[in-house]
Amino acid sequence: MEGAQKAASDEVIHGKDGGNGKFLNPTPMLDELEKGPWPSFISGFKELAERTEKPMLRGVMDQLEYSYNTKMGYWKGGLVTVDGYGAGVITRYSMIKDKFPEATEFHTMRIQPAPGLHYNTEMLRGLCDTWEKYGSGIITLHGQTGDIMLQGIEQDKVQECFDELNQAGWDLGGAGAGMRTAVSCIGPGRCENACYDDLKAHLKLLKHFVGPLHRPEWNYKIKLKFSGCPNDCTNAIMRSDLAVIGTWKDAIQIEPEEVTAWVEKNGTDALVNQVINLCPTKAISLKDGEMVIDSRDCVRCMHCLNVMPKALSPGNERGISLLMGGKNTLKVGVNMGSLIVPFMKMESDEDMDEFIELVEGIIDWWDDNGLDHERIGETIERVGLKLFLEGVGLEANINMVTRPRDNPYFKAKY
Amino acid sequence: MSSPEKKWKTVESGPHSYEEALHPVVRKNYGKWKYHEIPKPGVLKHVALSGDAIYTVRAGTPRQDTVDMLRRLCDVADKYSDGYLRFTVRNNVEFLTPNEANVEPMIRELEAMGFPVGGTGMCVSSVSHTQGWLHCDIPATDASGVVKSMMDTLYNEFRGMEMPNKVRLSTSCCAINCGGQADIAVVVKHTRPPRINHDHLATICELPKAVARCPVAAIRPTVINGKKSLMVDEEKCICCGACFGACPAMEINHPEHSKFAIWVGGKNSNARSKPSTMSIVAHNLPNNPPRWPEVTDVIGKILTAYKEGGRPWERVGEWINRIGWKRFFEETGLTFDDDMIDSYRHARTTFNQSAHVRF
Repeated sequence: MEGAQKAASDEVIHGKDGGNGKFLNPTPMLDELEKGPWPSFISGFKELAERTEKPMLRGVMDQLEYSYNTKMGYWKGGLVTVDGYGAGVITRYSMIKDKFPEATEFHTMRIQPAPGLHYNTEMLRGLCDTWEKYGSGIITLHGQTGDIMLQGIEQDKVQECFDELNQAGWDLGGAGAGMRTAVSCIGPGRCENACYDDLKAHLKLLKHFVGPLHRPEWNYKIKLKFSGCPNDCTNAIMRSDLAVIGTWKDAIQIEPEEVTAWVEKNGTDALVNQVINLCPTKAISLKDGEMVIDSRDCVRCMHCLNVMPKALSPGNERGISLLMGGKNTLKVGVNMGSLIVPFMKMESDEDMDEFIELVEGIIDWWDDNGLDHERIGETIERVGLKLFLEGVGLEANINMVTRPRDNPYFKAKY
Repeated sequence: MSSPEKKWKTVESGPHSYEEALHPVVRKNYGKWKYHEIPKPGVLKHVALSGDAIYTVRAGTPRQDTVDMLRRLCDVADKYSDGYLRFTVRNNVEFLTPNEANVEPMIRELEAMGFPVGGTGMCVSSVSHTQGWLHCDIPATDASGVVKSMMDTLYNEFRGMEMPNKVRLSTSCCAINCGGQADIAVVVKHTRPPRINHDHLATICELPKAVARCPVAAIRPTVINGKKSLMVDEEKCICCGACFGACPAMEINHPEHSKFAIWVGGKNSNARSKPSTMSIVAHNLPNNPPRWPEVTDVIGKILTAYKEGGRPWERVGEWINRIGWKRFFEETGLTFDDDMIDSYRHARTTFNQSAHVRF
């Protein structure tokens, strides 16, 4: 331990125990985040640092405390990776390593979790053991794109750490201008509304695109997210370039006895105020006291199924809708994904292969037509949905728009 | 790093396999679930067509976890849920067990360990958020600290189910907003143009990339003291910070001038209304570590008004659509100002093109 850390004297009251002889230097600002009932990440870091006495943890805590005082960040990027890969390690060097030499390197390894974020304790304990052996022991579950983030490793330990993780079935996640790690909801693992096997689709798609995930060479990133139903628990429509949303074509299945039981328990007021009146397309009515849904008016929003889970279920003809173009603010503002494929089967391996083929065609078109640092939704907005559809060979469908154009200025092929 | 003694040949396996991570009861009833109930906050009961039931106990985590913490969660899973656990996209941990008798002891043990059990149904769930000063290279704040401060004040709302509908929160350390659209979001708002380091710019940045990154074409090439550099038209600049991501010599973060804004009405689900983006309802709040009281205060005001006035199943944005923005500002005590009128592309779609007026 050198430099600024020396300044910490043993007399300084440290941490909530107020004891001497601690490994960590005082962090009075961070200690404020140990107060209150919500679990404290600072308490976690301190426990880890005091037990393992890893100098990197002390350096990072010192730098974080410094950030809390100066209100500025001090990490800069770089290039660290593993053999054969061009992405997956997020490089972080301290900009103030002279002040905090123990924080010089604090790289993150992005790791792809299992679809649905399912673990058994053997997997998770193994991950923890390897990570403690080579890295800091800090883990984020999970990053916003869906990765396990192993935070804090030095460059010369990255390859060995990766080799050990890879032997246990883990692979690096995406970064840069390529395929990114995906997210799927719990799907058929627990949910009665799962309209397709999104865990299987996630695994199959991401295995297929593993090359461009590890060796990014597109215009920019592509994110895939898989939600089992239109409740979209993975926030796919807003957060992903390709949002695969489970849906169904036929009528909602109704169990009349369960509807009656629900009304008996919750009352007619609730049926009217919380179910019928909240249907966005007024597809539900009462006929002779019985609840009837007109499927031609239903838009598969999920509301009534959410309110009456025992009485209502998705129809039997199930598949997916594909929405495209979701992304957040950088740089031309928030884009919600918009509907591109209203319905596709997603049951058999052939269905999934067909879907993969479609996605490949879409990415190829974007790779040819997109600009540098342009997400696919931005490309579509720039060139027009019509040109995109021509480019990938899809027919225009009225479900792709909320209404036909209101602007009369256009060039048509008459 | 090539290591000469490397023996293992990489398997580009992609996501970890999931079958072995599914509880046997889940595997047996995979895709054959009938319905679910929420017996109490933090507990779900899912019933399969076979009649099998599986109970889920859900608890909040700090998201910035450690191997020590995860091993403790593994201990809970080994003891009560046959060694299986999973996480939600809002950083909650879930333990799935077919054994109803394990539910109450598991809740007691998790709470005794400091993990609040909740996050189900009509509650305020945990926050999707970003990395901040701990790890990001362009952060103006530390989302983890903001989130911890916020969730301390919302602890009981996480553990209860007393909101009109679920409330999703997010927090982001820069205007890119990686935290995402949410019912209520806390997002950094820069208020000054980038400060340019002309000595280093040309050596660490690709000039055309930085120029192209600007959404309002405010960046131009220039020469300063004989060195190639960039200049910013400060009249045009909208202080978004997009250039900083491409060029670290264009520092957008500032200890005083990087502020917070609060946004409301984002929704990702398709239930009832279509997915929606957020609107700004407060800004110019200070970046005030370590507890950000000004931010948690505004969140509290919005949630108090929503809890009081929202009807069953109305999300925050749907509640506002019904009562109107005028009443929203009245009931939350927040102040609408002219900076909240959109001035970007498609701004006109946010103007009131009708004679519908609220008095």
